[in-house]
Amino acid sequence: MISWLTEPWQFTFMQHAFLAIMLVGVIAGAIGVFVVLRGLSFLGDALSHAVFPGVVITFILGGNVVIGAMIAAVIISILIGAVSQSDRIKNDTAIGVLFAGSFALGVALMSLQSGYVRDLNSFLFGSILGVSRADLWLTGAVGVIVLGLILIFRREITLISFDRVFARSAGLNLWLYDQLFLVLLAMAIVISLQMVGNILVLAMLVTPAATARLLTDNLRRMVVLSSCIGAISGVIGLYISYYQGVPSGAAIVLTATAIFGLTFLFAPGTGAISIRVRYRMHRGHPEDDRDVVPDQPVD
Amino acid sequence: MTAHSSVLSCTDLTVHYDNRSALRGVNVTIRSGEITALLGPNGAGKSTLLKVLSGMISPSHGWATFEGTALTGPHTGITYVPQRSDVDWKFPISVLECTLLGLIRSRSRWTPFSRADKAVAMAALHNVGMDHLAHAQIDALSGGQQQRVFLARALMSQSRALLLDEPFTGVDVPTQEMLVTILGSLRESGTAVVYATHDLVQAAQTADHAILINGEVIADGSPSTVFTENNLGETFGGSIVSIESLRAVAR
Repeated sequence: MISWLTEPWQFTFMQHAFLAIMLVGVIAGAIGVFVVLRGLSFLGDALSHAVFPGVVITFILGGNVVIGAMIAAVIISILIGAVSQSDRIKNDTAIGVLFAGSFALGVALMSLQSGYVRDLNSFLFGSILGVSRADLWLTGAVGVIVLGLILIFRREITLISFDRVFARSAGLNLWLYDQLFLVLLAMAIVISLQMVGNILVLAMLVTPAATARLLTDNLRRMVVLSSCIGAISGVIGLYISYYQGVPSGAAIVLTATAIFGLTFLFAPGTGAISIRVRYRMHRGHPEDDRDVVPDQPVD
Repeated sequence: MTAHSSVLSCTDLTVHYDNRSALRGVNVTIRSGEITALLGPNGAGKSTLLKVLSGMISPSHGWATFEGTALTGPHTGITYVPQRSDVDWKFPISVLECTLLGLIRSRSRWTPFSRADKAVAMAALHNVGMDHLAHAQIDALSGGQQQRVFLARALMSQSRALLLDEPFTGVDVPTQEMLVTILGSLRESGTAVVYATHDLVQAAQTADHAILINGEVIADGSPSTVFTENNLGETFGGSIVSIESLRAVAR
């Protein structure tokens, strides 16, 4: 068993892959909590597509594609914020228009290059086994920035997520904090892209956070749980990928989905089967399991 | 500050949303140590006026002032209590954490809330009869309890003007009574209290000052003087019966 666990670690590329996916799991898991709570899954998916032209341009110019994607993500996130300021264009419409246009630009630019199919493949499905030491440092730096800014602006990010009118009346600049959040989200997406690819990156953001939401009603605990679930899914997925020959991105996302499925069914208090079992034991109604504080006050 | 001095005022205030005007030529004065009820039908501009007075919305024409100074944005001396429907009540946050966010303007972001801050929050929750539910999740609360938490959060900032948007809507009778008591004690301490409501009887019972509004100010004065058949008919449309009983309540 021990050797089964340690065998992949003798390869440098696997060591890098394990460290990278743990970092990405923690970072995407943390920011993903606010994506889930604010119902911004579509935005996460859109940003992961919208960075494509940045990847292509840096590929053409020979730069670091992560940095290119990051610049594209920041530009797109600011554009989404600017377009959705219009009273007539809803936020999700602005996202839809800009992400599709941006992705199309990337496809057009890529088609002008030779050998684009291979690189498009790595953009779509990730290349975690090709993570270099420099990529690791970059991922670590992005992680410090993202987690640090979430920590510093925790109260503002919390307040704009659940009570925007009070936040505005308290003098918070909602546009500014929305932009900050979008930029942090974009950074988390870009570093996740290299690991699991564009198609599966949404799962790194949403699935661990959704699982954590089933397990706790406490925001801080939810962030910690989501980060842990993201990192654990990454590590288990990599082992599965190593031993079963399944593509790593798919193995990681399937692991996260399986953890979500088990939690959805068996989480204490909220799991579909847990509630049925409690119902059978107590002969009550399943809805009775919801803890509602009695309306009558108190004194 | 002298008793009943002007705290908030607006002059020739007009607010447009796209091509539609929500408020036209509004002139009102809100004084310290008074409870002002803002009355009007849906879409009358009550929330818009409260948002202008809280510095959240800039008027298209005219201006608002707070303690004699032009209001150019949210001010630490003014606290706004939103409608309950403006909030995501499924958000995973406890009553105490939600209340502490009332201190967001006055505490350093670099340190966690102190024990003293938590004690102040618990005292505010005690004031509204919610201290025993400090660690409950906000989504487990009834409508009345949610409104109490909002009020506790507003009390944290000890502002000179408190603006409440429909605080009596959809809450139980004990909460209405508690709200009236707390607003009364804020009035005694010199705070200028303004609330928007549809409830004429509630306003007649609790307010010192009533403003009838429907896009523009229809009447402005003490409830006993402004609650006339003409004014109410002009504000709400149709005809209002039992005006006399309402005026009797106001008296």
